[in-house]
Amino acid sequence: MRRYALTLLAGVAVLAAIWALDPFRDYQIATAAGYLSAAAGLTVLIGQSGQLSLGHGALMAIAAYTVALVQNAFGAHNVSTQWTLVVSLAAGVAAATVSGAVIGVAAARLRGPYLAGLTLVVAVAVPSVGTLAGGVFHGDQGLPVFLPGAPAWLGADFPYERWQAVLALATALLTMVVLVAATGGGFGRAMRAVRDDEVAAALAGVHVARVRVLAFVLSAACAGLGGGVFAVLAQSVSPSAFSLTLSLNLLLAIVVGGLGSLAGAVWGSVLLVLLPWLTDSLARAVSLSPGAQTRLAGNLPLAIFGLLLIIVMIAAPSGVQGLLHRAGRWARGVPRRLARRVDPSSQDASNKDAADQDAATHGAEPDAPLASRS
Amino acid sequence: VDRFLFLTVDGLSRGAVYAAFALALVLIWRGTRIVNFAQGVLAVATSYVAYSVAGATGSYWLGFAAALAAGLVLGAVVERLVMRRVAQAPPLNAVIVALGLVLLAQGVLGMVYGTQYLPFPAPFSRVAMTVAGVPLLSRFDLFVFGTVLLVMVGLAVLFTRTATGLRMRAAAFAPEVARLLGVSVGRALTLGWALAALVGALAGMLVIPTGLGLHPTAMDLVFVSAFTAAVVGGLDSPVGAVVGGLAVGLVLSYVGGYAGSASTPVAVLALLVVVLLARPGGLFAGTGARRV
Repeated sequence: MRRYALTLLAGVAVLAAIWALDPFRDYQIATAAGYLSAAAGLTVLIGQSGQLSLGHGALMAIAAYTVALVQNAFGAHNVSTQWTLVVSLAAGVAAATVSGAVIGVAAARLRGPYLAGLTLVVAVAVPSVGTLAGGVFHGDQGLPVFLPGAPAWLGADFPYERWQAVLALATALLTMVVLVAATGGGFGRAMRAVRDDEVAAALAGVHVARVRVLAFVLSAACAGLGGGVFAVLAQSVSPSAFSLTLSLNLLLAIVVGGLGSLAGAVWGSVLLVLLPWLTDSLARAVSLSPGAQTRLAGNLPLAIFGLLLIIVMIAAPSGVQGLLHRAGRWARGVPRRLARRVDPSSQDASNKDAADQDAATHGAEPDAPLASRS
Repeated sequence: VDRFLFLTVDGLSRGAVYAAFALALVLIWRGTRIVNFAQGVLAVATSYVAYSVAGATGSYWLGFAAALAAGLVLGAVVERLVMRRVAQAPPLNAVIVALGLVLLAQGVLGMVYGTQYLPFPAPFSRVAMTVAGVPLLSRFDLFVFGTVLLVMVGLAVLFTRTATGLRMRAAAFAPEVARLLGVSVGRALTLGWALAALVGALAGMLVIPTGLGLHPTAMDLVFVSAFTAAVVGGLDSPVGAVVGGLAVGLVLSYVGGYAGSASTPVAVLALLVVVLLARPGGLFAGTGARRV
């Protein structure tokens, strides 16, 4: 219950904040919320079910193009109400879910580098379909997305960015609640069991293949929601927006936040939005030549992301959440050795309840798949 | 028929490069059980070195040599500074760190050189010579075949005929025993990464002139194709990597020639899915048990 309360509380707090902020900040929050849907799904897939996917950017692209096509179909028939968004987002999620199921069935038979390689190829191949089928997807220019404006009852001077932020936050909140529910109960326990030891999980009665495919499908649906939100935010979709870099950025977000941790996905998504903006303002502040500025834009954040990914993975594999957790324990004055015995969820603070429950029922250490190097 | 012949030769030439690149992947996989997802971007980095050196000196071959030297150094540095620190961690960590390298290198290269396509010439003419009235293969194709053959023979001799090669095989096959027998396993691994990056750099020099030009992401599709080649042949088998490389090159050449070049990524995906589902260990896999 505590986890639901925390999730809802955070959501309501941010929702209140967007009324106080200017449209630019609202748009940033909306973008972070879009990232969050996809990143939260990915962190559950990688951190809890132990399957690495580099293809989530492609799943987002599939959903975004679906949303664009459905919205434009509504536009062609002059249907311009808010519920069209619900229909098109649902269609986008459905498309991503089906694609995720196809990949997931293949993935359930694959291990380690094979799975990473397959999903990498998906990430490279899918955007090229947008270029290939130029008639439907308008090639490299992409599709504009027909969107209804903000509802009239919010007032004429209600900024459109604020409405986008409301939409994005609502979908992100929905994702988080679904994921909190999915990871907390028996399914979450089954995922972690499969991650830690497939054979032991199978012997304990867990249907390994089914759990792996379901985890992939769930996470694909979340990626689809994130991709659909991106289509609504950018008001257009193009292959270049969903390149391999997007998949790698999502990976960065969840690694920095702490693999497997939903709260960590929040930190990571905020970082994905903040860091490019910070480097941009920094470059503008030191007033570089325009040529140097265009070179730095986009590339400097990329380099910092890469460096962060390497450093975090080597120095603190449990990410921000792991550090916070350790700091919290230190502040409470729990000695290290004792702490490890008492509190098995060394990695995942948001999962603490579920983890304790795991430990109680199974007597096994449930979390920290990547936390410790032997 | 002319077109078919042309596509076959083109496919074999491309396939030879994929084979070399796949060989570099297999080299590292056998030594460390890591698939080096940063291989492509390392090859791009060394090609940029060649671009700078060739531009400064006016000599293509100096640039070529610089790229190979940069490959050796870069491979060793990556192993020493980064990969060694995740060698004992779960396999996922190494993959993630390699992907971090991809982002880092692409960002740095983009900052230094910009993200426009830079012209990258071939050392020999790419116009096909006609044999009996049929345009067959170009001087550049001959250069590619010769170089890749040289690399393969060189690697085969190194691993089967020299003491260094024996030490490297021992370090990869049974690190504990090799260490007891006085082999410096760490040094063997560093050498393996350096060699793999050297082969990757060479493949980059051979494949980038056939594409759009030099770009931080120029090798993404090549990496993906070479990975597919390595999987087709089985990640453990050097012979498989060569056969897989040629096969993937041919398939991509036919698909690109008859269905348009934009469809090649989809063809790679289809090929990989089919192979992984039908024979996940690759065509040349022996029977093996998965450790639980």
